Amino acid sequence: MTLHDRNISRRSVLTGGGALAIAFHLPRLARAQAGAALDAPAMPNAFLRIGADNTVTVICKHVEMGQGPYTGLTTIVAEELDADWSQMRAESAPVNAKLYNNLTMGPIQGTGGSSAITNSYVQLRKAGAAARAMLVQAAAQAWNVSPAEITVSGGVLRHASSGRESKFGAFTEAASKLPVPENPPLKDPSQFRLVGKEGAVKKLDVPAKTNGAAQFTIDIREPDMLTVVVARPTRFNAKIASVDDIDARKIPGVIDVKTLPSGVAVYATGMWPAMKGRDALRITWDEAGTEQRNTEQLVSEYRALAKTQGTIAAAHGDVASALKRAGKITEAEFVFPYLAHAPMEPLDGFLKWDGARAVARFGCQFQTVEHATIAAVLGLKPEQVQIETLYAGGSFGRRAQPSAHHVAELAAAAKAIGPGRPVKLVWTREDDIRGGYYRPMFVHRLRGGLENGKIIAWSDTVVGQSFIKGTPFEAAMIKNGIDPLAVEGSSNIPYRIENFSCDLHLTDVGVPTLSWRSVGHTHTGYAVECFVDELLQTAGKDPVAGRLEMMEQNSRHAGALRAVADLAKWSGPSPKDGRARGVAVVEAFGSYIAQIAEISIGDGGEPRVHKVWCAVDCGVAVNPDVIRAQMEGGIGFGLGHILFAEVPLADGRPVPKNFDRYRSLRINEMPDVEVAIVKSSEHPTGVGEPGVPPIGPAVANALARLGLQRPRRLPMVQGVA
Amino acid sequence: MAAFSLNVNGQVQNVDVLPDTPLLWVLRDAIGLTGTKFGCGIAQCGACTVFMNGKPLRSCSIPVSAIGNRAITTIEGITGREAAAVQKAWIARDVPQCGYCQSGQVMSAVALLKQVKKPSDQDIDLAMNGNICRCATYHRIRAAIRDAAKSLEG
Repeated sequence: MTLHDRNISRRSVLTGGGALAIAFHLPRLARAQAGAALDAPAMPNAFLRIGADNTVTVICKHVEMGQGPYTGLTTIVAEELDADWSQMRAESAPVNAKLYNNLTMGPIQGTGGSSAITNSYVQLRKAGAAARAMLVQAAAQAWNVSPAEITVSGGVLRHASSGRESKFGAFTEAASKLPVPENPPLKDPSQFRLVGKEGAVKKLDVPAKTNGAAQFTIDIREPDMLTVVVARPTRFNAKIASVDDIDARKIPGVIDVKTLPSGVAVYATGMWPAMKGRDALRITWDEAGTEQRNTEQLVSEYRALAKTQGTIAAAHGDVASALKRAGKITEAEFVFPYLAHAPMEPLDGFLKWDGARAVARFGCQFQTVEHATIAAVLGLKPEQVQIETLYAGGSFGRRAQPSAHHVAELAAAAKAIGPGRPVKLVWTREDDIRGGYYRPMFVHRLRGGLENGKIIAWSDTVVGQSFIKGTPFEAAMIKNGIDPLAVEGSSNIPYRIENFSCDLHLTDVGVPTLSWRSVGHTHTGYAVECFVDELLQTAGKDPVAGRLEMMEQNSRHAGALRAVADLAKWSGPSPKDGRARGVAVVEAFGSYIAQIAEISIGDGGEPRVHKVWCAVDCGVAVNPDVIRAQMEGGIGFGLGHILFAEVPLADGRPVPKNFDRYRSLRINEMPDVEVAIVKSSEHPTGVGEPGVPPIGPAVANALARLGLQRPRRLPMVQGVA
Repeated sequence: MAAFSLNVNGQVQNVDVLPDTPLLWVLRDAIGLTGTKFGCGIAQCGACTVFMNGKPLRSCSIPVSAIGNRAITTIEGITGREAAAVQKAWIARDVPQCGYCQSGQVMSAVALLKQVKKPSDQDIDLAMNGNICRCATYHRIRAAIRDAAKSLEG
């Protein structure tokens, strides 16, 4: 079936009758016409579809990459719809920024900043409630009773006095002809049966992820499809000087070799000939103007900069004179390495086009940007391009790509081979780890002063690259030389200190960088929480009580900290039997996370983390078990990186290539984790990222109680890469 | 290219591939069994774990020419009490997050339980530490293996 036929067949399905019903057919329309359905009616119909078979399919505008939005978004709709969980399904939304924009990103459809639940909560409650009201109205008309006398529960409409009842499917068609209520009444949270309830839902994507059935981009197989790997320069931004592909073309299975803006693409009948063909290429690179520095050179340059004042991001009081008054100045410098995201599924994408229409399938995280990129590269109008968002095998920020470089390359690969040849472009692990777009290197230099046991002065000089600079987001985000993502968490610490400043030096390094799970908090959380702990230790104060003294007592920071202290039965930081405990609390993306880590020194002097207690306040807890899972995973992800991970540069080239030298946490290094969810009626906030930042400083602060210095340079275990 | 006749999930599969092609890419590209995943290509992550004559094997690092007539089992073909118990426990604990590594995790867990009926934490660590999960679902993997072992006692 050609692309054209496929769309025609979808349209004929659409116009062929009311089987899909309730006017919830819009996503089909939107999918068929890609970005063209801009004048379509708004919610609730864009977000769910009820089948005559009683299934309720929630149209998810956020990519499922393990953080749980398919389950979370579906839970919200099911709650207001009073559906039974067994009838719920989830599918990905088509590209349509008018219907499916992320409300925290303005006009952009995309996933990031731990925002799926927080931006969808009210939107989907209304969508579910509107659908419920329409079903009730349709049933009332059919039964000739008042809508007020109809109840809904577990996916069944009931009229008690007449004894009539029906599932949704019987009324979907009638309901689809009714007007959509604009402000349907929402449930009182006391009536929730799914949201916030333990064991009420099971994750929708799990069964297929236990038997190999879940479809990822790398699994796509289509007739005539070519697998593409790209040879990219080993120094970032090098240009191709010459290509000799004679030997590559001799490999059986290699179909073609093309030069793309990003590198040299080998097209083959499968992954192995593509990789072999790439190995056989002889490419000369023009490396003029590329980055040539070593990591150690960068570190010393950053350190020198950190000794000077940068652009002030936030300040109050008078730090200089308070430090003088304090007498003894405590100083700490922290060095953070480049980090790769290394999602288990490396970057990949599928694209087919016939010259007039294009369909791309991949774990798409910024639909609006990527849709426009594909259209621009192929020279098509946006409405000629369709994206089907698939499960992503992890991302951790890697697929949230303002430059859309990976999608531009996919489209360029399709364009170079010409219409009619579907391509699947796959990155190998080496491509991934050497491919840049890292969490930037940072140096923090902190200075603090105590007076009578009280912290009276604090300054934090931050040095590092901005990954917003040079992207379409720069104009909106970087103000007066401050990239807020570089100082978030450092410029707004939760502690009352009379004299405070945070300043920033932005650096220029020829290494592409990117947001990485929990963004600025990956380094600011460590710097701030290590340093406050060090000052409290110097002052002889308890890490928990000392922090609480400096916080608003009813703040959510304080609430999370008290909750974790209760959970861990905190009795002070003194080590016992060779084990010590450290604490940290970090707010990220509006969620408040406190963690206590219990550690000892293990084999080879490596920190051994036995147990982590975690308290999370993310407002209304939509799916408690997903929240726990994200805390567990965030702790493991954070721990693996602070212990082992770095991408050092040798003459500008990244050193590690694969998991042998980019060491990942393994099961024997995973601590036991216990999570407490703080009860809250605040608007729900995200959990995909915020579990990450506190674990590093919690471990460092525990090390300090074993008589070691809080690690000044990450990773804690040096020499792996 | 060369012709090979493989025994995969109890069926004969005839393929025509380069003789040095790793089993992983034969399974995925030539046969179409895509449940077995590519994660690193150097036997570091375990995403490509399959069974060869019942023993776990990193399929990314063995050429098809070395397989001969030995029986290959992939995630699509696992059967038996241990496989059922592991998959049931995985679902009960909602273990997977992104899910990409989980075929390999399940294969390694099934292999463990076939060999050790009541695995200790150390047995679990030893059997599973060749399988990387970047989502770090390890906490639940450990719990699910304990659950599965318990369910097999009865």
